[in-house]
Amino acid sequence: MAKSTMLKSSIAKKVAMALSGLFLMLFLAQHFFINMTSVFSPDTFNSISHFMGNNPLVQYVIQPILIVGVIFHFIMGFTLDLKNRNARPVSYVKFDGAANSSWASRNMIISGSVVLAFLGLHFYDFWFPEMIYKYVDVNALEPTRYFHELAEKFESPVRTGLYCFSFLLLSLHLWHGFNSSFQSVGANNKFTKASHKFGYAFAIVIPFGFIFIALFHHFNH
Amino acid sequence: MKLDSKIPEGPIADKWTNYKDHLKLVAPNNRPKIDVIVVGTGLAGSSAAASLAEMGYNVKAFCFQDSPRRAHSIAAQGGINAAKNYQNDGDSTFRLFYDTIKGGDYRAREANVHRLAEVSGNIIDQCVAQGVPFARDYGGNLDNRSFGGTQVQRTFYAAGQTGQQLLLGAYSSLSRQIGQGNIQMFNRHEMLDLVKIDGKARGIIARNLVTGEIERHSAHAVIIATGGYGNVYFLSTNAMGSNVTAGWKIHKQGAAFANPCYVQIHPTCIPVHGTNQSKLTLMSESLRNSGRIWVPKKKEDAEAIRAGKLKPTQLAEEDRDYYLERKYPAFGNLVPRDVASRAAKEVCDEGHGIEANDTNEGVYLDFSSEIQSKGRQTAYAKGNHHPTDEEVTKLGKQWLEEKYGNLFTMYQKITDENPYETPMKIYPAVHYTMGGVWVDYNLQSTIPGCFVAGEANFSDHGANRLGASALMQGLADGYFVLPYTVSNYLADEIRTGKISTDSPEFVEAENRVKDSINKFLNNNGSKTVDHFHKRLGLIMWNKVGMGRNEAGLTEAISEIAALKEEFYKDVYVPGSADELNQELEKALRVADFIDLGQLMAMDALQRKESCGGHFREEYQDSEGETLRDDENFSFVGAWEYMGYDISKEILNKEELKYEFIKIAARNYK
Amino acid sequence: MSAAKNININLKIWRQKNAKAKGSMETYKLDNVSTASSFLEMLDQLNEELVNEKKEPVAFDHDCREGICGMCSLYINGRAHGPDTGTTTCQLHMRKFNDGDTIFIEPWRSKAFPVVKDLVVDRSSFDRIQQAGGFVSVNTSGNTIDANATPINKGDADKSFEAAACIGCGACVATCKNGSAMLFVGAKVSQYALLPQGKVEATERVLNMVRQMDEEGFGNCTNTGACEVECPKGISLENIARMNREYLSASLKG
Repeated sequence: MAKSTMLKSSIAKKVAMALSGLFLMLFLAQHFFINMTSVFSPDTFNSISHFMGNNPLVQYVIQPILIVGVIFHFIMGFTLDLKNRNARPVSYVKFDGAANSSWASRNMIISGSVVLAFLGLHFYDFWFPEMIYKYVDVNALEPTRYFHELAEKFESPVRTGLYCFSFLLLSLHLWHGFNSSFQSVGANNKFTKASHKFGYAFAIVIPFGFIFIALFHHFNH
Repeated sequence: MKLDSKIPEGPIADKWTNYKDHLKLVAPNNRPKIDVIVVGTGLAGSSAAASLAEMGYNVKAFCFQDSPRRAHSIAAQGGINAAKNYQNDGDSTFRLFYDTIKGGDYRAREANVHRLAEVSGNIIDQCVAQGVPFARDYGGNLDNRSFGGTQVQRTFYAAGQTGQQLLLGAYSSLSRQIGQGNIQMFNRHEMLDLVKIDGKARGIIARNLVTGEIERHSAHAVIIATGGYGNVYFLSTNAMGSNVTAGWKIHKQGAAFANPCYVQIHPTCIPVHGTNQSKLTLMSESLRNSGRIWVPKKKEDAEAIRAGKLKPTQLAEEDRDYYLERKYPAFGNLVPRDVASRAAKEVCDEGHGIEANDTNEGVYLDFSSEIQSKGRQTAYAKGNHHPTDEEVTKLGKQWLEEKYGNLFTMYQKITDENPYETPMKIYPAVHYTMGGVWVDYNLQSTIPGCFVAGEANFSDHGANRLGASALMQGLADGYFVLPYTVSNYLADEIRTGKISTDSPEFVEAENRVKDSINKFLNNNGSKTVDHFHKRLGLIMWNKVGMGRNEAGLTEAISEIAALKEEFYKDVYVPGSADELNQELEKALRVADFIDLGQLMAMDALQRKESCGGHFREEYQDSEGETLRDDENFSFVGAWEYMGYDISKEILNKEELKYEFIKIAARNYK
Repeated sequence: MSAAKNININLKIWRQKNAKAKGSMETYKLDNVSTASSFLEMLDQLNEELVNEKKEPVAFDHDCREGICGMCSLYINGRAHGPDTGTTTCQLHMRKFNDGDTIFIEPWRSKAFPVVKDLVVDRSSFDRIQQAGGFVSVNTSGNTIDANATPINKGDADKSFEAAACIGCGACVATCKNGSAMLFVGAKVSQYALLPQGKVEATERVLNMVRQMDEEGFGNCTNTGACEVECPKGISLENIARMNREYLSASLKG
């Protein structure tokens, strides 16, 4: 069989979805740890942020990969969802999905869309200003500005609320996504039980950690 | 009609080898020019179709189900016999041959049965090569268990789903050939007539069950592998769609129908629950390895149990009658099926039945002893030499679950009772039909070019089939007999060329089919097909069932003849011919069941002896065992169709000669 | 054991004259259904009444009625094979329902399982997947090696059997929100991948079967796990993971 057919197969797509998801989860974890420092030590947060924002490897290599990863994950997610809808042209009058699967697993497209919308807001809040600051306006380096920029954003209760809501949906997305990605790449063995537990812990700790950070800054302002 | 069994000369062990070596062959370059039709895709049909296609013939296969994988072979639970002697308990080809002849109560053909035993080992080899996941032991070797009527462990199995695994193996081979274009598969097609040209089978008329289209298909040989006719009783362990139509249609075209009265009533089925019941469910005979069969000794206890006032577990050991162990100490609970079934009927007739249904028919199959003994063994094997009672019970139940889990679950689903806690209720039910289309040693019917395989033919099981032998026979016929004998026949057909479906014979056959369909659809009667089928079933069960007598059989014959008249006059079939019409399908099948039912009663009436599954109450010994009459009835009764009136059928006899086995009274004591 | 009793029920059943016709849900009332009856016996009872009223009976697939042939289907009250788990429709009993219940009965819904009539669907796509590679390429011959010549680890043999227990009913596809056939194909791939006899052509097999599966129009697995819950034979998701592995390694090899 030609390689191209293989790459178009349902399993190849599923694996690609899983790998991009795993990659995004790694990113999420490091993002979380950096943000967490803002709670304990604004100085540490500033210095790490400064490093990340000015290191050429991070900026010109990892950042583009990440952006491609995000875009790929979303486009693939929507494509697959469309294909899956086509696989059942006439739907059931009565469909009791809750009887055999979790809400999170059946509604990745909803949780994913909310996360996508959130990313828009998040980019609007941080990434675009940062890009403009650095590359359009070409401002002077200011290694201590990051913490204040962060803290300022969480002044607004609406924004803080939107962030918290999105993190909730992210939690649901991860609740299914983490373990699903392992299953997709074919990992189902004696470690699966343990990795499931870890997955659920990940899906709770990271998003709720983010919620904690948002609320922390909101109330400590 | 002349019946030539074509049994080769020579010592029994060499017959098949010598015969096979001298059969005619078709050269590989000629095979693609030859068409073969296979009707039915159970073990016999699938294996025959796949093997013939592998050889290079053009095969057309038909099944009425939506996929060939659904054929009812799939439901066989317990296992498949083979004389491998892997367990070192003295098994051999001869012993399997002997057990089968004896189990069949000396009414099977020696040569056929020996061939069956000879190829039994090859079947296991073939299936393992195909990827059939048989049960294995920790050393990685195949596991065996024992079955009724034998004293060796020669039954290979895959949990309680052996038939499924074997059929899926044959189906995988069939699928491979379909994928390669060597087999054209016709799902949801039912054969409704045979086309004969110059006396030879040349094709079939089939109905596309989805569109209703009547199709003509020609071939140089036709193989019928459509299973048994147990559904003549309405309630049986057969699938709802299992029918005799293909076999009966070739009978009407001149194929003799042999020993229709030989029906196997399986001892371990779930008892009847009510009038709307559509079928009976088998609990594998393998359960008799672990369960003990009993009824209450006292009638008043049985009565109290039926009334729900007493639980079987409350009954003390001395108040239970383990009647099989009592009557047949040597074989105990593992006596052959016919013996076990009759014994159950006997105790229930005496008033010891425990099921609260109309007839109080039911006995217990109790696993509590096995739970204790296996629990203790398992504990011991685990190094626990002083297990508590709870530990023993727990381990015993686990052992049972591993061995029979799916059967126990099925039982619980159907009856809402937990067989790990309370004994199973069982009762005999119609299961397998040893009779069928008469075939010679080549498995060819009395119509040249029309071969019959598996349960549809009569050949190997005599008057009673031993457990785990049906799967063996189906696959033996399909994998290891038909490829040779059909080729031998086809060797004379290489010059025939493509057979046209425009001949008057095809037109005539098609018209016959269309007429009968139109007759049903325009009948405008008042009763459903099932109404008649159920009535037929009742007559058959009550008068042509486990115990038969002259008066009952005579009544049955006239009652069925009358039922036939009423059926044609008053059946109502809704819908039209050119659509999926399940009522019409049923009507066409029931019409043939009615005819066959009458013939079964006639056959049972003429056979004035008891043998195997055929028990004539007039012919029993002082202990109620079957009394054969070898002098007058050591023959195969092959009936010849003589027109609409079944009572006009003529009985032809093929004498059974026992040259290699000493004929004796069957004794399982 | 609860004693059998009779209940009255309302049925909402999908009726569709043929593949091309437009179907709709029709309502029926059925009285005196014994709770000891199976679900299909309940439908028999309905059909008997319909035929007696000279109405067209409901077409549905069924054959063995002992949970093994895989012919029966039916989406009952929003679930494949109804409310009971580990069971086919033919083994579902009316004791799972109450007097006065309304029961929805629909055919399997999938692009790859088009409706033929009423509740009958065409599942030949499963056959075609099998034909694409679900076999060991061994011809019939009396000269294969002895069955015990190749010992097989009991654990592998048991797992292979568990995968092979699939009855091909299509409940996995019917229940999957994506209409995916991965459990069916995964089970078949696994059965052979676990046996030495099947390993020889494992690469070709998985590639061909997956290609055919995709061509038939089944959806993509998103690991909701619904198939495993509804599978009457309890086929494990492990089989899907194994197929993913097999596919990946086959892709790398091929």
